[in-house]
Amino acid sequence: MSEQAVSRTVYYRVFFALIVLAALTALVAEVNLGPFNVTVALVIALVKAGLVAVYFMHLRESRSLVWLVLLISLAWIMIMLVLTFADYATRSWGQFR
Amino acid sequence: MDGPETSIVAEQFQSLEQQKDADTLGMWVFLATEIMFFGGLFLAYTVYRIMYPEAWAEASGHTSFAIGTINTFVLLTSSLTVVLGLDAATLGRQRKLILFLVLTIVLGLTFLLLKGFEYYHHYKEGLFPGPGFRLEPEYARAALLFMCLYFAMTGLHALHMIVGLGLMSFLLIRAWRGLIRPEFPAHVEIIGLYWHFVDIVWIFLYPLLYLVDRHQ
Amino acid sequence: MDDTATRAGTEPDYLKVEHSLRSWLLTTDHKRIGILYMISVTGFFFIAGIFALLMRLHLISPEGALFKPETYNRLFTMHGIIMVWFFLIPSIPNVLGNFAIPLMVGARDLAFPKLNLLSWYLFMAGGGLAIVSAALGGVDTGWTFYIPFSSNFSKTHVYWMAAGIFIAGFSSILTALNFIVTIHTMRAPGLTWLRLPLFLWSIYATSVILILATPVLAITLLLIAFERAFQVGIFDPNLGGDPVLFQHLFWFYSHPAVYIMILPAMGWVSEAIACFSRKRIFGYGFVAFSSLAIATFGFLVWAHHMFVAGMSMYGGLVFSVLSFAVAVPSAIKVFNWTATLHKGSISYHTPMLYALGFIGLFTIGGLTGLFVATLAVNVHVHDTYFIVAHFHYIMVGGTALGYLGSIHYWWPKISGKLFPDMWGRLAATVGFIGFNLTFFPQFLLGYLGMNRRYATYAPEFQFLNVLSTAGATILGVGYILPLIYLLWSLRYGKEAGPNPWGATGLEWLTPSPPPKHNFHEVPEVTWGAYNYHDMEAQDGRS
Repeated sequence: MSEQAVSRTVYYRVFFALIVLAALTALVAEVNLGPFNVTVALVIALVKAGLVAVYFMHLRESRSLVWLVLLISLAWIMIMLVLTFADYATRSWGQFR
Repeated sequence: MDGPETSIVAEQFQSLEQQKDADTLGMWVFLATEIMFFGGLFLAYTVYRIMYPEAWAEASGHTSFAIGTINTFVLLTSSLTVVLGLDAATLGRQRKLILFLVLTIVLGLTFLLLKGFEYYHHYKEGLFPGPGFRLEPEYARAALLFMCLYFAMTGLHALHMIVGLGLMSFLLIRAWRGLIRPEFPAHVEIIGLYWHFVDIVWIFLYPLLYLVDRHQ
Repeated sequence: MDDTATRAGTEPDYLKVEHSLRSWLLTTDHKRIGILYMISVTGFFFIAGIFALLMRLHLISPEGALFKPETYNRLFTMHGIIMVWFFLIPSIPNVLGNFAIPLMVGARDLAFPKLNLLSWYLFMAGGGLAIVSAALGGVDTGWTFYIPFSSNFSKTHVYWMAAGIFIAGFSSILTALNFIVTIHTMRAPGLTWLRLPLFLWSIYATSVILILATPVLAITLLLIAFERAFQVGIFDPNLGGDPVLFQHLFWFYSHPAVYIMILPAMGWVSEAIACFSRKRIFGYGFVAFSSLAIATFGFLVWAHHMFVAGMSMYGGLVFSVLSFAVAVPSAIKVFNWTATLHKGSISYHTPMLYALGFIGLFTIGGLTGLFVATLAVNVHVHDTYFIVAHFHYIMVGGTALGYLGSIHYWWPKISGKLFPDMWGRLAATVGFIGFNLTFFPQFLLGYLGMNRRYATYAPEFQFLNVLSTAGATILGVGYILPLIYLLWSLRYGKEAGPNPWGATGLEWLTPSPPPKHNFHEVPEVTWGAYNYHDMEAQDGRS
């Protein structure tokens, strides 16, 4: 019973953190950080997503296989992005003769 | 093998433990496909944002910051009610479970209502892709790319919300009939996973669609 | 446990439990669903095969013998789409995977039997839409749906077709999910990963690809539909959109899809090679992990389909180099199969002929894959019949042969009957000859410069085209023969008994056809896969 109460406390804390981060991301967007606006916004989003995944989706108590599924899908997104940019990033280099 | 377990464990499984394992893993594998599904859109978004930064800033300014922000809070709260519902389910507190499910559904509907209002607003403003499109001419072409992506991404997200609401209503009916057993609330847990995933998608959509260069 | 044993002991086999049509259409038994897939997938194979035969007949004369060019465009598109999405991709996984996986892991069913039935219905709904699209007049975009033709210009039934493929994609995803979960959570006690038959390893790798690649195709098709509906969309060059981005997304799915098609066939070849040379597979671990390696590398090479599409030359260089990496795990498999044959006591039953044919044709297809992965050669042979021949060596010589072979291999288990082996060997030989006669001339044609997807060609190519058409006819005979004698064997075939090939693997421990719940008691595994040596030793003693 007490274990459940503890986990509920954790849920409320995580929720509080999520709300604070959401407010933060909205506020930071008003400040000009140059190219770092995107970076900050994405880092905050990643932290929020991580909190939801680890605590609300119970990744913390999940077997390593579930972690593996998640990591592989994130790795595959990265493959898609990075290799596509092997094309786009080098388009302006022109053709070699 | 006789006893209370036999009725919950489906016949292809050897034990409740095995079934729980299979259910959770199955949902996570499904979420992996969802990640890749939205991944294709995020890729297109990234490519074009790098190609047309000014048009992105311009077009993003036409989305509704207020509605986007409120909806972010609405969805985050709904994720909380989902985990609290699961917590109530494992404790066998049926009335609390029903309460949290109803709250989740109300929050989900609020999100969709606000989103629909926002779409209507875009329509009035002439931001729909198509002949009625009106935006600053120097950016118009690439701004239209942004709007296409905006509608594709938020539209698919809204579609996932609708599916999620359907699943939540299914849970509510089961909970109402007392069919959710504290020792095996698998449906609550798995549908919850789906709901949180849809929430996470929004966590990324919000800064990418609403907050592009807002400081300008 | 006793309870299950007695219940299964008195149980009739899965074919005889119930007879009504309803009991088939609402079944959740993986074996019956496998048979539903077998019937539907084979049906789609013959539909698409007829399109191919019509094309070959048309190409018998340089100006085109039968159709207007517009009709020809639709023919090759429909042939490609139906073959790829409604035969090649679901063939081995959905038919034999469904049938054999629970038997091979020693489980009563897949992890989610209802989901399994749902995927069959989704598959049929998708196939139905594809047929509707064909009946309305078909699609002329090529199976690749390249933008902007497919979005803004084609006047054909792209919506129906895209919807059909989209829905069939869901079927693939759900089936793959089912397989992954089953292999992870439902293995019999003692059946560790390194004791798994290689068929399971390759189906596992295939499922991983299906899970990670199919959704990207789904979103791409949705974006086509979006662009057709609004006449603007994110690939539209008028808006500054990039049609090459469409190709990136499309091939991110469609290149790995090649491995979806070939990996299951490779897995079955490992089973057959071991069984018919009475040896443990040489380098089991290498063969097992090469499946996962192929699944991974398969995702790193997609843009080698796009070398002349306007992507950056430096990007092309990266993809060209990465493409060579896939050859390594593929070669590991071929070398290990060959090494297994060495000093084995080989018997040439029908499945073995198919397996040996697979190795030869796959090797040719794979090696020509290296030619076309080379940037400079690719520019020369791009969009010629060289490409057509190359991928047909993989898909027809590999996957279709694997499908036929694996059906022959498990037929005694599926039906409980033996097929006439003489006829089987004949069909395998006819098919092999017909195949090479059809597609080898196309290598020459392509190298000489005959473009693919044209309804007409230069007169000097006629001789080779006629050869190819003649070969296609023989190949057709090679496909119809098994249909006849397999159906014949259902009624007149001899009883197979549990293990007619003397093969290892849990599926051969249970009666043929298996009882509804597969095993009278859950088997406990204390041996590694392909323990043919132990088996022979035991036979010697008794």
